[in-house]
Amino acid sequence: MGMTMGEKILARASNKDVVRPGDIITAKVDLCMSNDGTTHLNIDIFEKDLKAEKVFNPQKVIFIIDHNVPSESAKTAEVHKKMRRFAQKHQISLYEGTGVCHQIMIEDYVVPGQLIIAADSHTCSYGGLGAFGTGVGCTDFTSVMNTGEIWLMVPETLKFVIEGTFKPGVYARDLILKIIGDIGANGANYKIMEFGGPAARNFTIDDRVVLCNMAVEAGAKSGLVEADDTVIEYVKSRGRHEMVLCKSDEDAIYEQTYHYNLDDLEPMIAIPHCVDDVVPVTEIGEVKIDQGFIGSCNNGRIEELRAAAQILKGKKIAPYVKLLISPASNAVYLQALEEGLMDIFVESGAMVLNSNCSVCWGSCQGVIGEGEVLISTGTRNFKGRAGHPNSSIYLASAATVAASALTGTITDPRGMIG
Amino acid sequence: MKGKVWKFGNDVDTDQIIPSQYLLLPTVEEMKQYTFEPLDKDFASKIGQGDIIVGGENFGSGSSREQAPLVLKALGVSAVVAKSFARIFFRNAINIGLPVLICKEIYDGVENQDTLFIDVQQGSIRNLKTNEDFTSTKLPAHVMNILEAGGLIGFLNKK
Repeated sequence: MGMTMGEKILARASNKDVVRPGDIITAKVDLCMSNDGTTHLNIDIFEKDLKAEKVFNPQKVIFIIDHNVPSESAKTAEVHKKMRRFAQKHQISLYEGTGVCHQIMIEDYVVPGQLIIAADSHTCSYGGLGAFGTGVGCTDFTSVMNTGEIWLMVPETLKFVIEGTFKPGVYARDLILKIIGDIGANGANYKIMEFGGPAARNFTIDDRVVLCNMAVEAGAKSGLVEADDTVIEYVKSRGRHEMVLCKSDEDAIYEQTYHYNLDDLEPMIAIPHCVDDVVPVTEIGEVKIDQGFIGSCNNGRIEELRAAAQILKGKKIAPYVKLLISPASNAVYLQALEEGLMDIFVESGAMVLNSNCSVCWGSCQGVIGEGEVLISTGTRNFKGRAGHPNSSIYLASAATVAASALTGTITDPRGMIG
Repeated sequence: MKGKVWKFGNDVDTDQIIPSQYLLLPTVEEMKQYTFEPLDKDFASKIGQGDIIVGGENFGSGSSREQAPLVLKALGVSAVVAKSFARIFFRNAINIGLPVLICKEIYDGVENQDTLFIDVQQGSIRNLKTNEDFTSTKLPAHVMNILEAGGLIGFLNKK
């Protein structure tokens, strides 16, 4: 009986030949990362409760300030000071204001085959590069930061076999929204979502990360795409050459297999207030918006910015509507500048923000007021997530957000691609 | 343990339990007054020591913020019982020593403000108003050991 790629990564991390769903293992962690959403509490646990003196390996612990950056209050500034002090004391890498944590990790650290634990739910993004990433809370993270180890239960795997090709105006974002709508917000609870099939070999790095990043919105422990030449070439281009390629065996056991054909896929949208309440954009009716947001660890990379620019080029955002754009990292920001995308955004009337979690996190920038409607490429549309408890968030692709910002109502982007 | 029930629906996410804008406050003590603010802004002042949260499916979905179980514990919540839990919330609750019990049947057998008696070790739950008994899913021994040590830190320190 074979193993899935997720099981193989966990077997390797726990120094076992074979693991099976339900096994409880103690695994060695390749990297751990924490951001300013929780690190102040992690530091307290590390110093006061655990009374630990050292991190297990300063090269493998990364702190990233990306949630409330630049700081919007004196209290946040204290949190950031605390992170800087700890990072300096323990000689660990600290990034501040250079991008959303998961994009930084993908650009600078992740390689196929790793086990990565981070104090953020979207750690499953790293499956886009064939690494097993999973999110944890403060206590687990602090223990990992101290010991380099974590106990995990080996999860079941769900397989998603994807065929066909994306039609113009339809993206990986629409696919993952469609999948979550189908299986539900807990449809993959405690499980691995493995995305593969004939279409996967044509997926770009961005596509892969978009799919894996939102696995947690279906409750998954991790999302994974088998690393192939596209991934190997990418990590090597970033100067990383050591990796372990894990492929699922032909006779691996999946709890369930789902089939999707991209030829049949159309732009999708999640309506308030659940990520699994998903309908085609064509069925949404007339919904007026107050604000659009393009960015986040799900959908702020160069391909999404290009898709938005294609629609916004030479046009103006609707009166009384705001469009906020935050590139996922400074590397993305610079590339967008080089490609002339920023000119298009600014000329359209959009506000371009620094690289950070921004509107998706609802605490630092672009917070919306009572009764306002946001259409976003963020990860979640929970009630009040972007500001006032009585406000609404719709989740869609960057192209749909851009098209909607031009018309002022939620709009199918397919008729507007320049 | 014995406590009064506060009943919630399906998919109660961590943004409802404690919204993002309060997560960077310096301590959990300062955060706890905002617990469940989007659903009921007076919740923190109404809940009492030892009270029990009852949820539907996928309780604690969303972010990895450990602040969510932490504010519940800080307000005196003695246990959370739900039809199912989101993975990270469940793990975080165990790690801080907050009992989380999975029980499919209880949801329809309990009303808001009923009183429950829970024996975590046995996995038994009794609604003291109706005298109906329920059984929760047995936790793996490893997880039970962490819970009994008061959480992961206690467990590690004991080791």
